Amino acid sequence: MTDFLMDDIGLSHALAVLIAQTLGVFVVAMFGLLWTLLGIWIERKIAGRMQDRIGPNRVGPFGLVQTIADMVKIIVKEDIVPRGADRWVFNLAPILSVMGVMLLWVVVPFSAGWIGTDLSIGALYLIAAGSLGNIAVLMAGWASNNKFALVGAFRAIAQLISYEVPMVLALLIPVLMAGSLSTQEIVREQHIMYAIAVPLTLLIFLVSSQAEMGRGPFDLLEAESELVAGYQTEYAGMKFGMFYVAEFLHAFTAGVLTAIFFLGGWRGPWAEDVHILGFVYLMIKSMAAYFVLIWLRMTVPRLRIDQLLNFNWKFLVPVSLINLLVVAFVWKLIPDTDTINSLEDALLPTAALLVANGIMIGVIGWALRERGRRERARIASIYAQPAAGD
Amino acid sequence: MDLNEWVFVGLFIALAWILPATPIVLGKILGPKRPNPVKLEPYECGVETVGNTWVQFRAQYYVFALVFVLFDVELVFLFPWALAYNQLGLFALFEMAVFVALLIAALVYTWRKGALEWS
Repeated sequence: MTDFLMDDIGLSHALAVLIAQTLGVFVVAMFGLLWTLLGIWIERKIAGRMQDRIGPNRVGPFGLVQTIADMVKIIVKEDIVPRGADRWVFNLAPILSVMGVMLLWVVVPFSAGWIGTDLSIGALYLIAAGSLGNIAVLMAGWASNNKFALVGAFRAIAQLISYEVPMVLALLIPVLMAGSLSTQEIVREQHIMYAIAVPLTLLIFLVSSQAEMGRGPFDLLEAESELVAGYQTEYAGMKFGMFYVAEFLHAFTAGVLTAIFFLGGWRGPWAEDVHILGFVYLMIKSMAAYFVLIWLRMTVPRLRIDQLLNFNWKFLVPVSLINLLVVAFVWKLIPDTDTINSLEDALLPTAALLVANGIMIGVIGWALRERGRRERARIASIYAQPAAGD
Repeated sequence: MDLNEWVFVGLFIALAWILPATPIVLGKILGPKRPNPVKLEPYECGVETVGNTWVQFRAQYYVFALVFVLFDVELVFLFPWALAYNQLGLFALFEMAVFVALLIAALVYTWRKGALEWS
């Protein structure tokens, strides 16, 4: 693209780069937003089926244009700013919230040759850009001049920053195995997808990214029975719509990141040569991961705030720290892990890591079962006491 | 290092700003504007607001934030280690084992202190 602009049209190098990059930015960003339109429909359909409903089916064939109809509706709604709100912060929050998610798409490798830009610090960039959303939540809650919104924002921040720790610890493991922070490099190193070698890490990553986007069992930042709508309470019209778009896009992006770091990204038969094929593989893998996230959201009941924080600090964080040490130890134990260039090279480390993960999952499962048994016995004894006193 | 890749990020930030701002501005233009005092009240399920919103809240959140900062700073140290792990010897593993053991000790300490209890 840059070469074409320089040689055939005769632009200067700097200008050619700028034009080519602007086009690239538009393509990536537009893809993200247009996918949102389709994705919201997919999610509502799946959610409907899981709750024994039909889901949207009136507007267009199979309700496909429902999202566009919703957008038109929401755009002609009155924009209400509550009395006493901090206007600047209040208006900036929804924009920043979308921005924090869209920035993640910069380093998504769509295929062997298609990537926004292959930053050498890709994984670190993902964590940094992802944190913008947290600030947006706090801004929204603080600026609304509403006590529900403020309590919701405080809770949200406690949750978001807590679950960032196990998520980053889980991200460390693909980085360690690939020996690179660049997303494209991590995909290239996955001769066997990391999900097979380190399933425990994949689980930690899925659970903590579900909490990071405030969905499913972790949606108590907008627990409607106690906090109205949490930090979004005072938002109306398109500003609310932007929070909705951000939440949806974040959920799908979590699926994409899972696919990149654990499911081998665009890798698949002939994906190296035919770029469009790699893109299709990535989308299929992302949708699979995304489906699991929707599934979690629709079937697991909401946690309480103390349970939520206990689950993170007393279970996920210790487990991911030990997981990191075990994986690092096994990785050093196997010879030649620094020069994995083919499927055959990857077989031995993958098998060893799989065994180590199996043992870890077994021990954790056993500990959880024992804990559950003791807890049930304790509760049973509480209920048995008054009966004995009668 | 190629500076071009950061030009891309810069352009993306600009666009990621414009794209969500456009529908919001559009909504402002297209939507009706009929404010009245009751509509502009902060929403508290129909009850009138008492006092200021920006009052002191429980300090528990602050404790969790402190623990988070501790762990986040440690994580920054873990990244270069993971990045260079393939080139490092066995010594790096033991070094990091000591480091992570210290982290776990810190976690156990805060746990025993009761800082992780939500009461």
